[in-house]
Amino acid sequence: MFTLKNFSGFFSDTFRLITKGGRIYYAWVGFLLLLIAIGAGAYLGQLKDGLIVTRMRDQVSWGFYIGNFTFLVGVAAAAIMLVIPAYIYDWEPIKEITILGEMLAISALIMCLGFVMVDIGRPDRFWHIIPLVGRLNWPQSMLAWDVIVLNLYLLLNWFVVTYLLFCAYTERHYVKKLVLPLVLLSIPMAVSIHTVTAYLYNGLAARPFWNSAILAPRFLASAFCSGPAILLILLQVLRKTTKLSIKDEAIFKIAELMAYTMGFNLFLTAAEAFKELYSGTEHMVYFQYLLFGLKGHTTLVPYAWASILCGLAAFILFLVPRTRTNWVTLNIGCVLIYASVYIEKGMGLIIPGLTPDVLGDIYVYRPSFTEIAVAAGIFAIGFLVFTLMLKAAVPMMLGEFTITKGRTPKEAPPQQA
Amino acid sequence: MRLPTLSTLAAGLLVLLGPAAFADPPAARTAPAAQAQDTAMPEGIQVPKPPFSDGIFPCTSCHDGKSMKPNFKHRELKDMHTDIVLNHGPASRWCLDCHDANNRDSLHLASGEKVAFTSSYLLCGQCHGDKLRDWRVGVHGKRTGSWNGPKQYLLCVNCHNPHTPRFQALKPLPPPAHPEQIQARKGGVR
Amino acid sequence: MTDHKPECPLGGCEPSASVGGSRREFLGAATAAMATALTGCGTLSKEEFLQRNFKELSKDEVLSVIDRLEKEYKAKYGKEVKVANTPPIPGVIFGYALDLSRCIGCRRCVHACVKENNQSRDPEVQWIRVLQMDKEEGVNLQHADQYYNPEEVPQEGHFYMPVQCQQCKKPPCTKVCPVGATWRDKDGIVVVDYNWCIGCRYCMAACPYGARHFNWGEPHLPADEVNPKTHYLGNRPRPKGVVEKCTFCIQRTRNGQYPACVEICPTGSRKFGNLLDKDSEIRYVLENKRVFKFKEDLNTQPNFFYFYGV
Repeated sequence: MFTLKNFSGFFSDTFRLITKGGRIYYAWVGFLLLLIAIGAGAYLGQLKDGLIVTRMRDQVSWGFYIGNFTFLVGVAAAAIMLVIPAYIYDWEPIKEITILGEMLAISALIMCLGFVMVDIGRPDRFWHIIPLVGRLNWPQSMLAWDVIVLNLYLLLNWFVVTYLLFCAYTERHYVKKLVLPLVLLSIPMAVSIHTVTAYLYNGLAARPFWNSAILAPRFLASAFCSGPAILLILLQVLRKTTKLSIKDEAIFKIAELMAYTMGFNLFLTAAEAFKELYSGTEHMVYFQYLLFGLKGHTTLVPYAWASILCGLAAFILFLVPRTRTNWVTLNIGCVLIYASVYIEKGMGLIIPGLTPDVLGDIYVYRPSFTEIAVAAGIFAIGFLVFTLMLKAAVPMMLGEFTITKGRTPKEAPPQQA
Repeated sequence: MRLPTLSTLAAGLLVLLGPAAFADPPAARTAPAAQAQDTAMPEGIQVPKPPFSDGIFPCTSCHDGKSMKPNFKHRELKDMHTDIVLNHGPASRWCLDCHDANNRDSLHLASGEKVAFTSSYLLCGQCHGDKLRDWRVGVHGKRTGSWNGPKQYLLCVNCHNPHTPRFQALKPLPPPAHPEQIQARKGGVR
Repeated sequence: MTDHKPECPLGGCEPSASVGGSRREFLGAATAAMATALTGCGTLSKEEFLQRNFKELSKDEVLSVIDRLEKEYKAKYGKEVKVANTPPIPGVIFGYALDLSRCIGCRRCVHACVKENNQSRDPEVQWIRVLQMDKEEGVNLQHADQYYNPEEVPQEGHFYMPVQCQQCKKPPCTKVCPVGATWRDKDGIVVVDYNWCIGCRYCMAACPYGARHFNWGEPHLPADEVNPKTHYLGNRPRPKGVVEKCTFCIQRTRNGQYPACVEICPTGSRKFGNLLDKDSEIRYVLENKRVFKFKEDLNTQPNFFYFYGV
C-alpha cells in the first residue's frame, strides 16, 4: 500500500502545486477561466438554439470547429518530433523536454475532443460513439478509427507523463523497460492519429480537394512544423521563468528539423497545386477558389497567399543557420510557421474542400461570434490544462519538489505509518 | 390494327369511366369487362375525361349537320372558336384533319376511321408513334396511383392543348432560401 | 447530479415504474438529466436518452418507441400522427428515373416533398434541389443555378436537373457514419435513425449529391401542415441536430403508392418502380432510353437515373 499512499500524496501535492502561484500565474489562469466562461456561455446558446447559431449550413457543413480540430491533431502528433531523436538516437538535450512535448500533446488532444464535442448536433448522444457502450461503426467509418486512435494516444501520453512525474516525485528512477516501449509505441501512434485524421477527409470521393493521395503526407509534414513551432516558444518562456535548463543546441536542433519538414510541406503543397491547376480538370475549382477566388468570391484568397508566403519566409529563416540561431529571427519564424499551418490546416483545408459544394453552389462561410467564442473557450481549456500540468511538472522534473523536498514544514505530508 | 366500332369503344369507355374516381388511387380498379371488350386500350389503362371547355361538348349541339352544314373551306374562324390558336405541325393543318365532319362528337384517323374524344391518343399516335408507345408503358406523361397496382393515366390532351401542343410554361414555385438567409428563429425556440 | 426525474413537459415520457428506487433507475434518471442539460431543453426523457439503435430494437421495443413518439407528436401538434414501421417488400428494389428532356424546373416536386415529408418550414429544409443548367454547357455544375426565379419556366437556353438522394447501391454516406445511424435497407432505400444520429455531419461531407440535410435549428412545422401518415425511418417529425434525407417517400412506396414528387410532377418527368420487375416502367426506361447516372465516375452506383425521353 506504500505506492498507493504515495500516489494519493502525488495527487494532493499536485493539486497543491497548481493552486499556489504568483500574481502573474493567477492572472493568467484567471484570464483563461474568463475565456472559458465566455466560451461556455456561447456554447449554452448553441445548445439551446442548435448549430444554427454557427454559420455552418448544408452547403458548408463543417467549419471553424473541425478546422481547429484538424490543426490540433497535428499539434498533438508533433510531440513525436521530440521523441524520435530523444529515444532513438539517445540524444541527451532533447530528452528532458520530451515530457513537455507529451504534455502539449495531451492538451492538444483535449482541445481536439472538445472541438468534436461542440461540433456534433446531439451531444446528449455522445455515448453512441463510445466503443462497446454505443454502436461504433468500426472498421468502416474513419471517424470511428479516429475516436479510437485519438483516445488511445491521449491515454498513452497521459500514462507516460504521469508515470515519469510520479517517479520524479518519489525520487526513483523510472523503469526504462516500461517507458521505452511505450514511448517507441507513441511514434507510430502519433503518425497514425494524423494519418487517420487525414484519411477522414481523404476517403471522400465527393470532395476532390481532399481526395488526393498526398493529403496524409501533407498533414504529417505540416504537423511536424507547427507543433514544434509552439514548443520552441514555450521552451524559451520556460527557460526564462523557471530553473528548467534547456540547452540552446536542443532548440536549434529542433529548428533545423523544422526547416526540413517545412521545405517538404511546401514541396507537397506545390505538387498538389501543380497537379490540379496544370491539368485543369473540373476538380481545379476548389484550388481556384482558395488561391484566386471563384465567380467574384475571394474571401479565402488573402489568407491562402498569406499562408504560402509565411511558410516560405519561415522556411528560409530556419534553413539559413545564421537566422536559425538568432533568437529574434527564430521566433519570427516560429510565429510565421504557426500562422502558415494554422491557415492551411484549418480554414484552408476545410472550406475549399466544401466550396463550391457538391452541386456547384458557392456559400461564403465565415465563423460566427458563437463559433469564435466557443473556440476561444476550448483553446483556453487546452492552455489551462497545459499551464496546470507545467506548473506541477516543472518543479518535479527539476527535483525541486518531491515527496521529501520542496514544501514548508506546515505543508508536510502526513506521517506515513 | 383493326379498331373496334365506335359503339363498342364508347361502351367500353363508359364502363371504364364508370367509377370516375381518378383522384382516389385505391378506388380506381380496372373493370374486367372493359378489358374484354376493348382490345385497343392497353391493359389497365384508365384515362380521365378530355379537358373540354365548359359547355362545348357535345359538339353536335351546334354542329348537328342540319342547321349548320359543314364548311370544308380552309379559313380564319371569325364567329366562333376565335380563342383557338392552331399551332400544330404544318400550316396546312386544318380542323377537319382531326375533327370528323360527319359526326362532330368524334374525331377521325387519317384512314377515316372514327375515334372518340376519350381515345384521342390513338389520333395523336398516328404521327407521334414513339410517344404513344412510351405513353402506353407509362414512360411518356404522368402516371399516378400505385407502382405495383392500378395506375391512372392522363390523355395527351390533358397536358398538351391539341391546337397548340407545346407544353405551357409555368410559374416556378419559390426558390430555396440562400444559406445566408437561414437564421435562428426570432424569439428563440419553443 | 440531482436524483429527481427529468421533467417531461411533453406527454411522451412515461413515469418510470420505480420499485423502491433501484440504483438503475437512479442512474438512468441522472444520466438523462445530464443529457437533458446537454440538449439545452428540458424535453429528453430517460427512455429517449437510453434508446438503442433501431436495428437493435426488438419488435416490442419498436412498438413502445413508436407509442412514445406518437404520444409526443400528439402533445406537440394536437393531432393523431401515425408512425408506421412498414418493412421492405420482399423482391423489391426501388428505382427512379428522371426525364431531363421533359423537366421544366417548376419546383412542384420540391414543395410537394416538403409537405409530404414534414420537413421543417423554418429553418427551411428541402430534400430536392432543382438545378438550372445551360444547354450550351450540358451537365456542368459550375454553371448550375439553384436559385433561379423567373416569371415562367422553362427559360430559353436552359434545362433543369432536379437532384435528390440517389439511393446508391454503394452509399458513401452510410459507410462513413461513425455510429451506424444510417443504412441501406433491403429495398434499396437509404434511411436514417433520427434517434441514433449524433449529428456529426460526416455523411453530408461524404455525399456527392448534396442529398443530406441537417436540422441546424429546432425544426418548425405548423400543426395544420403536419402529414399524419408517417414512417419511423421516413417522414416523422425530426428533432433538432440530426441529419435527414429523401427516402423515396418510404411511408408511401412501401405501401404501393408512388412518391409524392412523382405524383405531383406536371410533366410526368419522374418515373418510379421496382427494378426487379421486368414489366415496370423503370425497367422500360433503363432498357429503351438513353440513361446516365449522376457522377457515375464515383462508383456510388445510384438507383436513381437520369434519362432523355426524346
